Amino acid sequence: MSEHKITLTVNGREMSGHAEARLTLVDFLRDVLGQTGTHIGCEHGVCGACSVVMDGKPVRSCLMFAVMADGHEITTVEGLEGPNGELSPLQDAFWENHAMQCGYCTPGMLIATHTLLQENPDPDEAEIREAIGGNLCRCTGYQQIVEAVQMAAKKVQEAS
Amino acid sequence: MTDTTAAKEYRYITKKRRVTEDRRFITGRGNFAADYNLPGMLHVAMVTSPYACAEIKGINAEAALALPGVRYVLTGAELFENINPLLSGLDLPNIKRIPLAHERARYAGEWVAAVVAESRHIAEDAVELVEVDYNPIDFVIDPEEAMQPEAPLVHPQHGSNILCDKSWVWGDVDGDFDAAPHSLAFRARWSRCSTIPIETFVVTAKWDEGKELLDVWASIQMPKYPEQIARALSLPVNAINVHFDVDVGGSYGLKRGIRQTVIVSYLTRKLRAPVRFNEDRLENMSGGEMHGPDRIFDMEVAFDDEGIMHSLKIKATDDAGCYPGRAPLQLGKPVSAIVGPYRIKSASYNAISVTTNKTSQEAVRGFGQAPTNFAIEAMVDKVARKLGMDRDEVRRRNMIRADEFPYRIPSGSEYDSGDYHTVLDKLQTSAGWQELLTKRDAIRAEGKLAGVGISTCLEPSGGNSSFEPFFNPKNDTTTWMESCLIKVDMLGSITALMGTSTSGQGHESLLSVVIGEILERDPDTIRGVHAESLGALPSNSPVGSRMAIMLGGAAAGAAEKIKKQLLEIAAHNFQLPVDRLIYDGGDISVEGDPDKVMNWHLLIDIAHRQYHKMPLGSEPGLQAQHTWEVPTGGALPAEDGTVQMYPCYAFEAHIPLITIDPDTGQVEILDYHMGHDCGTVLNPDIVRGMSLGGIAHGIGAALYEKFEYDEGGQHLSGSFMDYLLPSSHEIPHVEMVKHYTPSPLTTFGQKGSGESGYLGAPAAIASAVNDALAPLGKSIDTLPMRVRDIEALLNGQTE
Repeated sequence: MSEHKITLTVNGREMSGHAEARLTLVDFLRDVLGQTGTHIGCEHGVCGACSVVMDGKPVRSCLMFAVMADGHEITTVEGLEGPNGELSPLQDAFWENHAMQCGYCTPGMLIATHTLLQENPDPDEAEIREAIGGNLCRCTGYQQIVEAVQMAAKKVQEAS
Repeated sequence: MTDTTAAKEYRYITKKRRVTEDRRFITGRGNFAADYNLPGMLHVAMVTSPYACAEIKGINAEAALALPGVRYVLTGAELFENINPLLSGLDLPNIKRIPLAHERARYAGEWVAAVVAESRHIAEDAVELVEVDYNPIDFVIDPEEAMQPEAPLVHPQHGSNILCDKSWVWGDVDGDFDAAPHSLAFRARWSRCSTIPIETFVVTAKWDEGKELLDVWASIQMPKYPEQIARALSLPVNAINVHFDVDVGGSYGLKRGIRQTVIVSYLTRKLRAPVRFNEDRLENMSGGEMHGPDRIFDMEVAFDDEGIMHSLKIKATDDAGCYPGRAPLQLGKPVSAIVGPYRIKSASYNAISVTTNKTSQEAVRGFGQAPTNFAIEAMVDKVARKLGMDRDEVRRRNMIRADEFPYRIPSGSEYDSGDYHTVLDKLQTSAGWQELLTKRDAIRAEGKLAGVGISTCLEPSGGNSSFEPFFNPKNDTTTWMESCLIKVDMLGSITALMGTSTSGQGHESLLSVVIGEILERDPDTIRGVHAESLGALPSNSPVGSRMAIMLGGAAAGAAEKIKKQLLEIAAHNFQLPVDRLIYDGGDISVEGDPDKVMNWHLLIDIAHRQYHKMPLGSEPGLQAQHTWEVPTGGALPAEDGTVQMYPCYAFEAHIPLITIDPDTGQVEILDYHMGHDCGTVLNPDIVRGMSLGGIAHGIGAALYEKFEYDEGGQHLSGSFMDYLLPSSHEIPHVEMVKHYTPSPLTTFGQKGSGESGYLGAPAAIASAVNDALAPLGKSIDTLPMRVRDIEALLNGQTE
């Protein structure tokens, strides 16, 4: 199978690697670029564990081929921290509220809610539940995740 | 009953603390099995059987092996010749479980051959090229059909599809039934579902020829994992090193991938390269053998005009699927709480495990208790309905009273402590029971269906081995110990080792807070470590809701030994008896003379460097280990068929309000309330999270989740499109009320909570649905109560 050179921006850094046309974006990120923060859950676009931000929108990196991301900008969970490794208010709120247990769906949850807060800095509970409606979690029952997003939104608003 | 946690002041436990493990997960730095990428690693993909049952007449791998990048094709026949069969929970010598189908494939989706290639993609390509010559033969899917004499045999050499059929009678069941004015009987069905984690099972093995050592990185949650690998491969246990620092992406009892592990372990030794098997979702759902209990309950209860239940008969027929594994033992744990939280004075239990041509069952959260609780609670609701009494009142009249603990139930287990009435009262008050009923009636008045549910259930915790000898007299295991090793290094920091992996329970946080509490040192400075198996003490892993009790107890025991050593060093230097000394935050002073003090760092320095200041004959350095036997454990079942199973019993009560769309059958949960008492809570956020997650699992089991097989034996639920997991839309906000009745058996009075929520939610949802259907004179006792099932019932298509 033919190999393609792919160059994209991941968390602000230009990265490149080679991939067969059939390689999914998540496999490319994890296996070629070594960005293992993004996880694979179902490989058919239901669970949301593989969510990343592409050009400002959340996408399922298991449903995209790596070649489709060539030249695009990707943010993964590794890119949510500040430049000196400080936690984002959302990450900090996830920690404060114990919005996870096993941590496997967490990167996808963070990506989904990070995108939500960028578009809607003051979401109500229904809007938060809608935003994570495509991300499955088997540990938490979602409640502490909702509470974390509410806390993060409040903190960001108080700070601004 | 007092709120004893509040009454006793602790430094660190019971208080809100951030969970240590969370930091790596929020930054994408988790350490999951699929994140280990070893140089030269090979990948496995599975060839699966398309038939529910078929003889394997031959496997031709030529075309697959000719594909560039393919390194090997492993068959069941080769494994059969070279490994020992896997451990079975029962004594079934004629059923030999091999990780790949040998001679016969026994369910659709069973792994028949493992293709090994330089990438997973190439391995998947090659799977298509493996030619298997099958001869399809008769199969059986329904467990009751499987018990008929003419049924096709799943394991002909066993001679029957019944894996076990055991009966116990505890107390005068016949006499109590004869004496009671009422009895009722019904059938309840808990369908095949499981707690499916988002991460599939992943394992990488690497044989190190130089060290003659097998390294294993796996998403495992299983007692005696290294020992099971060793037995299968005829290796000494000290030739196996399991890296327990792998983060497990959810398990809830399921991740016991011994088949997967033996396959890659065999392959890495054969091929001299690291080998990984990372199940894809279909491999996981269809052939991963991680389905849960699949159970038919035939229930009978004797009761009087006052609603007092006197006796109970349970017949549980469980479909184990293809191989026995742990499945039959999941019929055993419920003996621990066979009468629920009720004062039922006699009980009989007939536990039948049947094999069918489905994927095998594995341990699932609660180990059979959630289905049993569902059946018991359905029974209580029916008693109430028959007598025209309120469901909460029947429970109140039957529940064990706070002054009756410790309370021995007919099957022999002693419940440690509880205050069920107070928890139910607190819950009904906080939930607004009357208001919920009023709200329900208002919805009904609009022509809709609405119901309020109730359940009051137990969570046996502190996982012990008792069900093993109870079901298999040849197995005389009477301990499921847990261990902790604490080291205080020369500069005074504390490291604690455990011999197990974590799948979200926060064991590092558990060690640090317990040790911090005993030694009065800041938990944030204490490091909990998942040691490699070669460096670890005996552990039985986080199963059976046991780690707060067992790992917490082991850590506390080791910390007490450290404290004792420190006091002895101080006593020697002060030339005073220990009872004249005061330990405060790691410093030790003389009673009545606060100026005489030796601080933490001085004491540690003496232990590590200044042997001349140590008590004569003492060990230099500062380290201690403690291995703890399960409280109340250590005994075989009694000859009269009674057994002490688990030590601790947590209590939970649930009250949901639901509506049902009368046209579609869609259930919506409007309100959800839970009351919970698991004794002293070590970390409130962890316990709350487990309960909330357990409720979500329970709602899934009650309304959505089912592994479906068609008449041809094909598995229809191999993806998340077909097996419905509840999302944030289906799971409601839950209001929780806590109560704290300490256990007299544990270090701080803690009980288990790892199965909480799941043990009461299915029963509560079923209760609510049936309350909604009651005005129509209809009821449903089969889970899951899916939209289509309720719709069919409403439209009169089913009874």
